[in-house]
Amino acid sequence: MKSINQNQTAGSSQSVIVMRCLGYLRPHWKLVTGVYITMVLIDLIAMVSPQVIRWTIDQGIGADNTPLLTLAVVGLLALVLLKGTLTYFEGMWTEVASQNVAYDLRNDLQRKITELSFSFHDKAEAGDLLSRAIQDVERIRFLTGRAIFRVIESIFLMIITAGMMIWMNPQLGLLAMICMPLLILRSISFGRVFRPLSLKIQKQLSVLTTRVEQNLRGVRVVKTFAQEDAEIKRFNLENQKWYDLSALSAKMQANNIPLLNLIADISSVAILMYGGTLVINHALTLGELVAFTTYVAQIVTPVRYLGMVLPAITMAAASAERVFEILDTVPMLTEKPDAPALKLEQGEVRFEKVSFAYGRQTGVLKDISFAAEPRQVIALLGPTGSGKTSVVNLIPRFYDPTAGRITIDGTDIRLVSLNSLRSQIGMVLQETTLFAASIRENIMFGKPEATQSELESAARDAQAHEFIMQMPEGYETEVGERGRTLSGGQKQRLAIARALLTNPRILILDDATSSVDSETEHLIQLALERVMHGRTTFVIAHRLSTVHSADLILVLDKGRIVARGKHAELLESSPLYVSIYHQQLKPGTSRLLTVKS
Amino acid sequence: MGFGIGVSSSGMGPRNAMESFAEGDGKKGAIYNPHVMRRMLVYLRPYTYMMAIAFVAMLADSILTLLTPYLLKITVDNYIIQGDQTGLLWISLWTAAAFGGQYIANRTQQYLLSLVGLRMLANIRRDLFYHLQELSLSYHDTHIVGVTVSRVINDVATINDLLSQGIITLIGDTFVLVGIIVVMLVMNLSLALLTFTVLPLMLFVTIWFARRARVAFRETRTSVARVVGGLAEDIAGVRVIQAFGQEESTQVNFSAINEVNRSANISAMSLSFIFLPAIEFLGILATAIVLWFGGRSVSMGTVTLGVLVAFLSYVTRFFDPVQELSRMFTTLQAAMAGGEQVVNLLDTVPQVLDQPGAIEMPTVEGRVKFEHVSFRYRPDLPEVLHDICLDIQPGQTVALVGPTGAGKTSIGNLIARFYDVSEGSVRIDGVDVRIVNQRQLHRQIGLVPQDSFLFSGTLADNIRFGNPEASDEAVEMAAQLANAHEFISAKPEGYKTRIQEGASNLSVGQRQLVCIARAILTDPRILVLDEATSNVDSLTESLIQDALKQLLHGRTAVVIAHRLSTIRNADLICVVQDGQIVEQGKHEELMTLEGVYFTLYQRQFAE
Repeated sequence: MKSINQNQTAGSSQSVIVMRCLGYLRPHWKLVTGVYITMVLIDLIAMVSPQVIRWTIDQGIGADNTPLLTLAVVGLLALVLLKGTLTYFEGMWTEVASQNVAYDLRNDLQRKITELSFSFHDKAEAGDLLSRAIQDVERIRFLTGRAIFRVIESIFLMIITAGMMIWMNPQLGLLAMICMPLLILRSISFGRVFRPLSLKIQKQLSVLTTRVEQNLRGVRVVKTFAQEDAEIKRFNLENQKWYDLSALSAKMQANNIPLLNLIADISSVAILMYGGTLVINHALTLGELVAFTTYVAQIVTPVRYLGMVLPAITMAAASAERVFEILDTVPMLTEKPDAPALKLEQGEVRFEKVSFAYGRQTGVLKDISFAAEPRQVIALLGPTGSGKTSVVNLIPRFYDPTAGRITIDGTDIRLVSLNSLRSQIGMVLQETTLFAASIRENIMFGKPEATQSELESAARDAQAHEFIMQMPEGYETEVGERGRTLSGGQKQRLAIARALLTNPRILILDDATSSVDSETEHLIQLALERVMHGRTTFVIAHRLSTVHSADLILVLDKGRIVARGKHAELLESSPLYVSIYHQQLKPGTSRLLTVKS
Repeated sequence: MGFGIGVSSSGMGPRNAMESFAEGDGKKGAIYNPHVMRRMLVYLRPYTYMMAIAFVAMLADSILTLLTPYLLKITVDNYIIQGDQTGLLWISLWTAAAFGGQYIANRTQQYLLSLVGLRMLANIRRDLFYHLQELSLSYHDTHIVGVTVSRVINDVATINDLLSQGIITLIGDTFVLVGIIVVMLVMNLSLALLTFTVLPLMLFVTIWFARRARVAFRETRTSVARVVGGLAEDIAGVRVIQAFGQEESTQVNFSAINEVNRSANISAMSLSFIFLPAIEFLGILATAIVLWFGGRSVSMGTVTLGVLVAFLSYVTRFFDPVQELSRMFTTLQAAMAGGEQVVNLLDTVPQVLDQPGAIEMPTVEGRVKFEHVSFRYRPDLPEVLHDICLDIQPGQTVALVGPTGAGKTSIGNLIARFYDVSEGSVRIDGVDVRIVNQRQLHRQIGLVPQDSFLFSGTLADNIRFGNPEASDEAVEMAAQLANAHEFISAKPEGYKTRIQEGASNLSVGQRQLVCIARAILTDPRILVLDEATSNVDSLTESLIQDALKQLLHGRTAVVIAHRLSTIRNADLICVVQDGQIVEQGKHEELMTLEGVYFTLYQRQFAE
């Protein structure tokens, strides 16, 4: 019962979705018009051709008229040649139009995906997004291309053929039409059951894809824990599910498509029988009967085709739903129309009673207020999960606060354009994402127009120049997917160089130097001290040096600022600070003292 | 099919073909690769009986296809022209019965073939996945995940087209084709021969098309792979893209790739739009020949009208299998290309292989010995470790320190034999790791890698990953030891909290705690901690240090550390530099040495 209801609701929205897909053809209306014109011409030729055969049989052969026979045969060839030419254009234009739709959709999707905020990407799975942009768009392309044009062509051909037959012989014509409603009904009822099933198969395939993807991404973990067998078992489970669904669909198709053929075939036998009787009674010529059977073949194919293409259309509609779901995702954060560019001069950042939560989760940040004066270094400290990362994620507006506001130089960051805001904030994110491109392209990512000397000086500042030059191809070395060919420390230095190159007014360093060895770390520390100079900097710091030199230390716990001040003040006032400070400091200082003494 | 004659009976035929041509492909120009075929046929073997039934059904279908125009001839010549009404009724019933038979045959064939195809698809995927688990890290290091995924999902699908549907269609169509030729020759020799003059032309056109199509469709395959790759990169790097405000430049890049894909597709398809009308024209040319010569013969009384009508019907049917076969040709190419990729993957020999007769790894006591080990990741890459000698006693904790890229991680990887040494040997309890079963070895070695990867699934799933049978209590215990319990139980869904893509709902520190809990649960004899605690905040780090102290007790541990403070108490500290161990000893010893370690240490604590 439940599934039927779903079908009905899906059915009503389906036409809306199909119409929306077709809307993507609008910019290519010239091509579409061309397709329709050629289509009408092709169908007219299809109407005339059987008549030529009829004349040939009745007048040419029957009346022993060789010149007429020759004329008819040449005429037939000319018609087919013309039809071939038209078919070429029809096909090409259809193809170009639908390829354009796919192109536009993929661009739209990519744009949307890159623009959707972090909260979307927190939940979205890459494999799923990809399968929507590739397979689902391909199905929409089919819908807006051959599928829809053929449906229209089929209907058109059906109507004119029916007209032609009834004009030739009303009784025989009507007999030929009897099977049509049956064919159409069967086709549609088939499509109705077929659609939800194919949607399920699609979903299962994307589950399967995700399984493989996850396995490959985590291959090190799988191997470390020798969990290959368990992974195989899990994969086989999903694989079997996919098979069961697909087998069901195969059974359904095998039951229905030959049945449609049978209906058409039986009806052509009926025509031959009745038509033969008419010929025997001289109510019909043999040529007319032959022409008639040709028309029946012509009319049956499109109807049968409708049966086949309708499920494809419903599948495409299902695909379209998945594509539009992304395109329609309302960004959690939006730019005001005509938002002005941020004029960042001082670099004063102010949090005013900011609260924040991810989705439905309970508050991650509660009532955060502080002011970072221009060129100050703000250190964020606190236990894991206390909200340090969330605080810095709010500054470039990766998320919007649920309450309160953040201002930069007195301007609410929600009022300025995202691009102007983010391009003036340098960030070294917790995890270093590099692109499968050359080292050069990776460093220049935020500033593609940078010169070689700017590039190198950023790399030097980040202590990356030296190791880059040691690579066989220097700056042109390809880093491989997600920077696999580089060590953690090297990746991090590239990320730092990337951030430095944009010369931002506000700098955010998130655990920036933690996976670099002490030697490199030391150098990076020196470099960072240099680059922090003259910028407002937020550091999620575990380094004592940073804490010592910070202008303001914010101690966070469970989403609140529990203490603030300078190092010396906090040592006096905040037990949590003292505990964090000592836990980190203890081994170091005692050792240091012994070394010194 | 009905009796449609003269004008191409299947008005949709050519356009149907386009669709199958659109799937056409052909990499490296190999039309037929016997090795690929042989490997793929193995997958058909278990379904021989189903294929046999499908084959019989196909034969029945083909015979009935041949029979119906002949029935048409009898209908026209013997009954309509003779004016025999009862005969007409009977022959009509026979024809209807023939169609009924065709329906049954068709349905059986279609069902069985799809079923076999799907089963095979699932089996190939299963084997591919299995094989991927066997492949060593060196394979995974050098292959892009997205591409490998597409091998398992997409390329496999193209093979299905060939193996199940393809082979039977190939045989069936050839059968129909030969049958039609014979019947036509028998019915009227000269008319048949005249009709066949079109064949060489058709062959020529087909070959012309196939040559070009192969190249064109190969390009579409490559171009769509680029679209997938480009988009995958954008998705993976979306946070960086947004942080640097580079949305627009990625959009420009992507639409360039996208454009290449569009034009590749259009130009590939344009070939079909020339080819198919050309074939149709040739078909009609044959029909015209039959009509003209046959028509004159009918007038002269040398041929009956029924023969002419049947001939017209045969000619139409004749070109269906010809088109079908040329369509098959492109499917074959696609399948071969896909098959080649799949077989290549299946044939990739894991770099690190269990030796034939690999012995079972006995329960590890924990002595790890490197004997003059040299190592490079690939023969064409420079050596990363040179002549490493190291002897770790059971229960010892050894720290590896040194600059980034010195080779510390490589040493860790060699212990678990994720790679094979180039020279020398790694021995555990005196057994060369190359002669034991890999998985049994891995199971006894716990490794906490640099990047803490978590799978999508729940937190409990992730902790249980190395030990799927572990009870909830054990999971919680491990989490408690790793100090992860507190933050997990603070989550609304506790251990059932689902990990989001990229584990973005956990902080890096939390992820690391989960990874440590995961390692703890497997209770390994040897532990390799690769910078495991570097991303945890100071409070958590000290808790982990406590937990690790408990954990390391009685186990051999290799700790790759950047914070010297954490490894001061190690039994042995090795300073690794440029792929060599330059200093080793206890903390105090190294300090008095005033060498590299001393410098590193002073620098780190000078702040």
